[in-house]
Formats: sequence, C-alpha cells, structure tokens
Amino acid sequence: MTAVPGSDQVGEADRFMLRLYVAGQTPKSLAAFANLRKICETHLAGRYEIEVIDLLERPQLARGDEIVAIPTLVRKLPQPITKVIGDLSDTERVLVGLQLIAKAGAQR
Amino acid sequence: MAVGGGARPVGLAGVLKAQTGIEGLDEVTDGGLPRARTTLLCGGPGCGKTLLSLQFLVRGALDDGEPGVFVAFEESAAELTQNVVSLGWDLDDLQQRGLLAIDHIRIAEGRIQETGDWDLDGLFIRLGSAIDSVGAKRVVLDTVEVLFGALGNEAVLRRELRRLFRWLNDRGMTAIVTGERGEGTLSRHGLEEYVSDCVILLDHRVRDQISTRRLRVIKYRGSHHGPDEYPFLIDRSGFSVLPVSSMGLAHAASRERVSTGVSQLDAMFDGGGVYRGTSVLVSGTAGSGKTTLAARFLEAGCERGERGLLLAFEESPAQIIRNMASVGIDLQRQLDAGVLRICAARPAAYGLETHLARVDQAIEQFAPMNIVIDPLSSLDGEDYELKSVLSRLVDQCKSGGITAVMTTLVSGRIEGAGGLGISSLIDSWIDVSNVELDGERNRAINVLKSRGMGHSNQVREFLITSDGVQIRDVYAGERVVLMGSARRSQEARDRAAATKQAVALESQRRRLAQRRAALEAQIAALRAQLEAETIELSSEIDAAERRELQVDQDRTSLAAARRDLGDAPGGAIDKATG
Repeated sequence: MTAVPGSDQVGEADRFMLRLYVAGQTPKSLAAFANLRKICETHLAGRYEIEVIDLLERPQLARGDEIVAIPTLVRKLPQPITKVIGDLSDTERVLVGLQLIAKAGAQR
Repeated sequence: MAVGGGARPVGLAGVLKAQTGIEGLDEVTDGGLPRARTTLLCGGPGCGKTLLSLQFLVRGALDDGEPGVFVAFEESAAELTQNVVSLGWDLDDLQQRGLLAIDHIRIAEGRIQETGDWDLDGLFIRLGSAIDSVGAKRVVLDTVEVLFGALGNEAVLRRELRRLFRWLNDRGMTAIVTGERGEGTLSRHGLEEYVSDCVILLDHRVRDQISTRRLRVIKYRGSHHGPDEYPFLIDRSGFSVLPVSSMGLAHAASRERVSTGVSQLDAMFDGGGVYRGTSVLVSGTAGSGKTTLAARFLEAGCERGERGLLLAFEESPAQIIRNMASVGIDLQRQLDAGVLRICAARPAAYGLETHLARVDQAIEQFAPMNIVIDPLSSLDGEDYELKSVLSRLVDQCKSGGITAVMTTLVSGRIEGAGGLGISSLIDSWIDVSNVELDGERNRAINVLKSRGMGHSNQVREFLITSDGVQIRDVYAGERVVLMGSARRSQEARDRAAATKQAVALESQRRRLAQRRAALEAQIAALRAQLEAETIELSSEIDAAERRELQVDQDRTSLAAARRDLGDAPGGAIDKATG
C-alpha cells in the first residue's frame, strides 16, 4: 500500500500526516484502512495524507513509533503525536483520538 | 506436561530444563527453568525481578551459548546497561557479539484510543525480528503488565497474551515473564492464569526496618522443586539464592583434630582439640573471653597456614585487631599475610537471611578452613528462623569441611543458650563464665559437650594475659572450687600448712629417735645385768657340779675299795685298776 495524497489547498500547519501500521492484509487491516479513508474524506477533506506501513514487510519500522498493537493509527502531524488502535470502526473515537473533536462523550 | 504441579519426582517424560546459571536457583528448581516454556516471575517492586531475568539471559549467553532477547517495557537499554555495569556485565558487548538483543518498548503514558478489534501483532513482529537477529533461545518480557495500563480492552489483551506465550513456546523459547505482585494475587493482572508451567515468587519484606529477600517456587509442573522459601541476595556478583545442595545430613566425618589454639584446652578435648569440620559453640556471659578464645582459634589456624574467616557482628575490624593485640593475638600479621579475612557488619544492617547469604558468599570467595562467627546471639530473628539459618550454616560448613566456632552471649547460666535450641546443631560446646568470689571475677571454662570423644568434665580457670590465653587447674579440694586470688591465697595457705606439718613431723621423728635411744640404752643395761647375773649363776652352777662330781668319784672309789675287800668280780678289779 502506498501513500494516499489529499489535495494541497491548505497550509502545512493544518495538514494531517497520518500513518497506519498493519501486519499483512488481514480483515482488520483492510477494515481499518477503509474506515480511515472514510473518516478523512468526511472530516479532513483535502488536508490529510495517509501512509500505510506493513510491518511484515518492514518490521524494523515498528520501533520508531513504538508499535505494539495492530492496527495502529498514528497522527504524526500536527503535533503532538497521538495514537488510535483497532479497526477504527467507531468514528467518534477516532475523531477523539485524532483530536478533531474534544472528548465529547467522555468515553473511556 | 499433563503432570500436576507440586513436589513430585521428575515426570516420566522428564521436563527439559534450561539452567539459569544463578547460584542456588538451579538447585531449587532441580535443574533450571522449563525449556521452551514460559515462567512467571512475580514480586513487588524492587525485589529483583529484572535482575534475575537479565542474569538468566547473560548466563545463558555466556555459559550455555544460548543468545537471548530482553524486551523492556519499563527501562531503556541504556538504563539497563548502566544498572548492571557494577555487576561486571557488559550488555553492550553482548549485543555487539550477537548474544543479546534488547528491545525497549516505550508505552506512552495515558490510554490510547481504541476502536474495535486489534491484536498484538506489532509486538509479535518486533519480538520475532529480535529473536531472529541473534538466534535467541531465551526471552524475557519485563514486564508485560505495563500493557494493561496502556491498552484498555482487557479481554483482547488477555487473549493476545495467551497467544503470545503459546507463540513463544512454539518457537522453542525458554521465556521469563515478570509481573508485579498484586493484592491477594500473584500478579496484579492475573498472569498466572496463562503461565501454568512454572511460577516463581520473589518476596522482599521488611520487618523491624530490616529487609529480607526470599524466593519461592510456587509451582513447577512436572518437576520436583524445593518447597520452601529460600533467601536470596543481590550484591556485587548479582543474584544468588542460598545454595541448598547441602541440606542433607551426609557430611563426611573427619577424624582429623584441629587445635583450639590453647594447648590446655586441647587437652580438655581428649587431648587433641576438636574434630575438623565440626561446629563449636562458645557460650558465655559478657566479658567472659569468648571473642578472645575464638580469635585465638583463628590465629592458630592461620599459623598452620589455614585460611580463617572472622565474621564480626559487634566490633569493627580495627577494634578487634587492637583488642586482640592487647592479649597477644596478632591478627594484623595474619591479615597482611592474606590468610585471615574479617567481615564486619552490624547485625541490624541486614535481615538474618541476608547475613547468612553474605556469610555464604564470603565462604565461597575466600574458601576458609576455619570460620568464627562472633557473636551469633546478636543476630536478630525469630527463634525458628534463627535455628533454620543456623542449621543451614552448620550444614554448609560441614559439607565444606570447615571448622566453625560460634560465640554466643548468654545471660546468667548456660540454660540461656539451651533456650536458643541450638544445642542439637553443634558438636562441641565450650562454656566460659564469670565466677564472682571474694570481691573479684574470674573466668571459668569447661567443656559441656563434645560429640565423638571423651572430654574433660573439669571446670578450669581461664586466664587472659598479655601473653595470650592460658588455662589453669582450679583449686579443688575440701568441697570448694577456688579461682583467682582466692585460689592463690588458698594455695599459699596450703603451702604454709604443709610446712608446719613438715616441722611437726620432723620433731616427732626426733622424739621417736630419742625414745628409741633411751629404750635401747635400757635394753643394753638390762642385757648387761643379765650377762652379769648369768656369769655369776653359771659359776655357782659349775662349782655345784664339780662338787657333785667329786662326791660321785668319792663314792665310786669307796665302792671299789669295798669290793677289793670282798667278793668283787675280777673284771671289776681289772677295770678299776686298769
């Protein structure tokens, strides 16, 4: 899987650099990627970039972002780095994890 | 694998083991940790989990050619490396030589958002690549419980951990998983539910401000293991569990005798001192000379070229050396010669087990022939604890053929030491006591028991002079036992009395001689008188006899004359005339 560029109409500061760590093309990984695309198109249209890293191909990259669980979504930019794990099926939690909305429901 | 835990003999299938290389632990576990299985190592914070598991990897790499992977969830590789430099382990070097891989997994503070299902493939992949990088046979996860704090979905995490342990075993890894001890459970998150082959608990308890470390094998499926709590020690040479290899009663019994350093005392032990490799207790009241006696024993050993170890719990080495020099025992010389070592520690500095472990280590390192523990009584602990520690110590000395002299303070008479319940553990028992008499205190010494030999039953006087230790016979007579100046004055009195008696005897002897002379004179006089009377009487008898003879002759001649005149036969005439 390769990077998926969004449009570049916006400034660098508002850009979301996202990384999705997966291990092979498992149902969980595929679901996570699909869910992430949908959320980004809805909430970050034109200002996001997704890099998908398959640890089966590049295991050494797991170290950099301290990846333990799979799938893990890492927001590299804007700072600070945040992480969301799982198949990203709960949109609200993903938005909270990406700090696009405040912890509205205050879910644990 | 199907065999239940507990202390049963090695199963028929025989559990394969990976030796830990940790002193004592391989004995307790009957050979090491279960190979290609996961062992749970749990305990409170700071009890040595990380150290034990790291040592397992280091020893495996260096001694058994089994490279290892250390996954650190709490400390960084640099911190770990730094922490063990003092133990002489160079983790950097091991990593460069491909014997060790350290992977530090930093788990961010605070909970990570979770949405839907996930797994721990990230960890599996990291671990897998670390294992492959060194060809690892051993793996440590320290401590995997950190994940519970970071990842919220416990059900998923538990499933994943179960999968992780199975995966490690399938890959043939002998693994240690550490876990924090929880309230009422072995580990806070119940890891013991997944790790069922071997569970080891480390305990670090503090009582009366003294910490004691203990290790217990809680279960070991399919293998025999020591059931007790064993003290362990963390010090400059790492983690060591008190060796228990000598727990049996199968010591060789030497017939060789060892001098106590005081010839008169040796004499009290059937003339030759104590047996080598036995334990000797010197009990006594305060200031009765226990330390001096013990130090002399060590010095004598050193003079014979036998290494001596003095474990001092009351005085500093400098103080002991000075004090002993004042009574002619030169410990400094033996220290300089390298045949003596003094280890001093305050009894309160460590717990009983730690003291024992240190003693053990000192013995291991210095390999002494003789050791002195001065005094045993200052070691603090419950009676049963003291006794168990002591019995292990005695066992250890015996199995090493080491002659041990232990001093113990008793208040009052020796019943105090009996109360310690240690009499059965020791082979020879010397009691030194202060006897107060006529305004002074003197030291009395006697041998209460000595197994396997006839020993003196006499109380002797024990003198500590600037020339050393001496033992004298006490004054025993007239139903009293006297010592010190009382003994000396009694001896003087005895001498005076003896002189007086000698004079009296002499005069009696003279009187007898005189009397004899007088009587003999009398006898002589009587004899003279008898002589005189004899002479007088016998001359009278002579005269009378002569007279009678004359009368006879006269009568005969008269008769002859008559026959001549009458009918006398011729023969008679012939005879008479012839």
